[in-house]
Amino acid sequence: MNNTVTQERIIALRKKRSAQDLRFKYYGFIAMCLALAVLVFLLYSIFSRGFTAFQKTTILLEINYDQEVLKLTPDSTEKEIEKGKFFKVKKNALNNVFENLSKSDAKFIKKLFSTNIDNEIKNYFLNNPSVLNTKQKLWVTAHSNVDQMLKGNASRDVPEDRRKLNDIQLSFIDQLVQENRIQKEFNNFFFTRADSRHPEIAGIAGSFMGSLLTLFVVFILSFPIAIGASVYLEEFAPKNKLTELIEVNISNLAAVPSIVFGLLGLGVLLNVFGFPRSTPLVGGTVLALMTLPTIIIACRASLKAVPPSIKEGALAIGATKSQAVFHHVVPLALPGTLTGTIIGLAQALGETAPLIMIGMVAFIPNIPTGITEPSASLPVQIFLWVESAERGFQEKSAAAIMIILLFLFMMNALAVYLRNRFEKKW
Amino acid sequence: MFFWSIVLILIGIYSSYIFGQSRIKKLVYSTNLKPKSQYNYHAQYVLSWCLLPALIVYFSWAVFEEQIIQNLILDSFEYVEGAAYDDGLLLAEIRNVANNTDFSEGKSQEIINAASQYKSLKLTSEISFYISIIIIMVLGSLYAVRKINIQFNAQDTIEKYIKYILIFCSSIAVLTTIGIIFSLIFESFRFFSQVSIFEFLFSTEWYPFIPIREGQAAAEGSFGAVPIFAGTFLIMIVAMCVAAPIGLLTAIYLSEYASQKVRKTVKPLLEILAGIPTIVYGFFAFVTVAPFVKSFGQSIGIDASPTSALAAGLVMGVMIIPFISSLSDDVINSVPQSLREGSLGIGANKAETIKKVILPAALPGIVGAFLLAISRAIGETMIVVVAAGTAANLTANPFENVTTVTVQIVVALIGDQEFDNPRTLSAFALGLVLFVITLSLNVLALRIVKKYRERYE
Repeated sequence: MNNTVTQERIIALRKKRSAQDLRFKYYGFIAMCLALAVLVFLLYSIFSRGFTAFQKTTILLEINYDQEVLKLTPDSTEKEIEKGKFFKVKKNALNNVFENLSKSDAKFIKKLFSTNIDNEIKNYFLNNPSVLNTKQKLWVTAHSNVDQMLKGNASRDVPEDRRKLNDIQLSFIDQLVQENRIQKEFNNFFFTRADSRHPEIAGIAGSFMGSLLTLFVVFILSFPIAIGASVYLEEFAPKNKLTELIEVNISNLAAVPSIVFGLLGLGVLLNVFGFPRSTPLVGGTVLALMTLPTIIIACRASLKAVPPSIKEGALAIGATKSQAVFHHVVPLALPGTLTGTIIGLAQALGETAPLIMIGMVAFIPNIPTGITEPSASLPVQIFLWVESAERGFQEKSAAAIMIILLFLFMMNALAVYLRNRFEKKW
Repeated sequence: MFFWSIVLILIGIYSSYIFGQSRIKKLVYSTNLKPKSQYNYHAQYVLSWCLLPALIVYFSWAVFEEQIIQNLILDSFEYVEGAAYDDGLLLAEIRNVANNTDFSEGKSQEIINAASQYKSLKLTSEISFYISIIIIMVLGSLYAVRKINIQFNAQDTIEKYIKYILIFCSSIAVLTTIGIIFSLIFESFRFFSQVSIFEFLFSTEWYPFIPIREGQAAAEGSFGAVPIFAGTFLIMIVAMCVAAPIGLLTAIYLSEYASQKVRKTVKPLLEILAGIPTIVYGFFAFVTVAPFVKSFGQSIGIDASPTSALAAGLVMGVMIIPFISSLSDDVINSVPQSLREGSLGIGANKAETIKKVILPAALPGIVGAFLLAISRAIGETMIVVVAAGTAANLTANPFENVTTVTVQIVVALIGDQEFDNPRTLSAFALGLVLFVITLSLNVLALRIVKKYRERYE
């Protein structure tokens, strides 16, 4: 009798324990799924916002390239064309978008178009000088407010005073849509232009170039220095206090917050050494110091992985120490070092805070061509656009994030490829 | 100047190499003896004596040229009585006029004079730069060539030079640390000469607005950093509440339960989470999470700020999940298999083994991982700059708007920087606090993890 009770209790206890076991396993599983779900949600929320930025809205405009109005002749030079009265041509074209417009309506019409359309009209003429005295139908860029409305990012159901476009403008847009005079096309400005105050003509070309130049500086500085430092620490350094200090220093430097490196750049590079502000040169130097520990750690690991017999063989046939190291050990450690360098560069590409400190947040409307010119960088550009109040910049920032993620993905894929392709198991 | 000096230096080192080589060859030919080192070592010796002085001249020019010219210009500038001048603006104006004559329209005569002086100084400097770099390269090569003879062991000398270069490379890391400490302490010192250190550390009022003009109707700025530290702490706590359970449970699942296949797919995916730039998390927090938190707060009757601590903290938590999970994963994996087998052998099931045996054994390592994650969270900038507020509130309510150390550093430096103004300098004092805290957390964590590793080795 007593025996069965005990047995039942044991069975119940075992059931409880195995239920506990199962529950614990599910907790872990749920936690893992949660982490992955957040990743998917993050990517989704960026992609769903960003992909519309790759299209822009254009409106068909009939332009009369009238010789009299432009104050040009068929044999005007390019310089004269630059000074032609294209704004007058634009004004006439805007007045004729719809028939029988009142003066006040014309003012609203103007706000449907980008401020850049003077240039578009001019550039078309520069490319086709033969259109003088003809009427041309041109697709010109619409204002960001129109663009956002048509993409559905701005709602038209809110009261008029809280909308960027008033009722008259909305009715114009509807009419244009009905007459098929408004369309979406590929947004080439996004890839060819630098930053702008106007979302519809702002692009990432300037900041992208800035990022490339910065990464170039980072690579030039950090790669040789990291190899030198790791070779010294692995092959030459005596085991003493000083070497230990350097090693501790490197591992601690890896954990210093990036913003502190920005303060270093501001306090030392800009204020003491007088580097030019806002340039890829100083940004790259700061980021190089920041990525140095990453590359040194990777390089030392791959130097360690080269078997000592190779160095000893070189030494045995009479090579000096530096010959043995630089001709035999370092080339074998190079793939691992390169992998580490690419990962370090990827880190540097996404870094924002130190660049803000050294003034790379300035508004730069042109594309930089050298490392001593003021420029933006891709993550800082995203920051500026996120902070901006204009609604049109939000999709731009999401699209710029898509570009930066694409590059990070490619760099990491390259690193993995290099590791798999060249890594030797001794 | 950059391009031509590179060309000049390249020509210089090439000719010095040839020069050295021909010199030792001639010596060998005339004496008919075997040299102690090979020809190319002698040539390299001459080359290094040509290159190093040239580089020193180049860099000292790059660093000091502009400053010397600026001082000369300002010294000889004809100040007009009664007009107020700002040195920085004045110099910028002079430089603009000097670089582009189009800007000279409408500028005063003093500025145009100064601009032409600037131009001529710049030209003089450039010419003297080229002359001195050529002279120094020739002198260096001549010195080295004089030392070359049959008995000279050039190879050993080159080896020694290589070693010096390598030592220099590895000292860069130390120099960086010294630079960080130097700049932080120096500027903080200037800050604390204007603001008392006790006010900074213990006062609860942070209004860093200093009147720009004298007599302007604005309160004196006050620099009590307590609300900033509290805000940082609050956001860190929210982040750890997200990251600690998710990260640790994920690590346990991956190391104890998951099959090899799941591990191989999930680990790289989590690494993606670690590789995403922080500005992307900032965007996510600002655009997606913050509105969600606000509407969630409204639905339970709390008025949430659009830049609440909760939104920034949640997203920061997501960011540090991979740190915790991968570090804890390592730690759990290094618990000896014998402990697991012993526990399973006496009849404990897997969950009991993990909870009663593995986690206690791995506890120091897990604490180390958490400390590293906390140090990450405290030093994180972009998420909070975008998604947290800038006003210093002393509150424990995560739905309210708080600010952090990193946000205040960015806010103080993002506009005009004036290095005699405590508002700008406060960034360095905050940076010093941040540096000290993250460094000590890091050292502590590494020590704990190291001790833990040694125990099981």
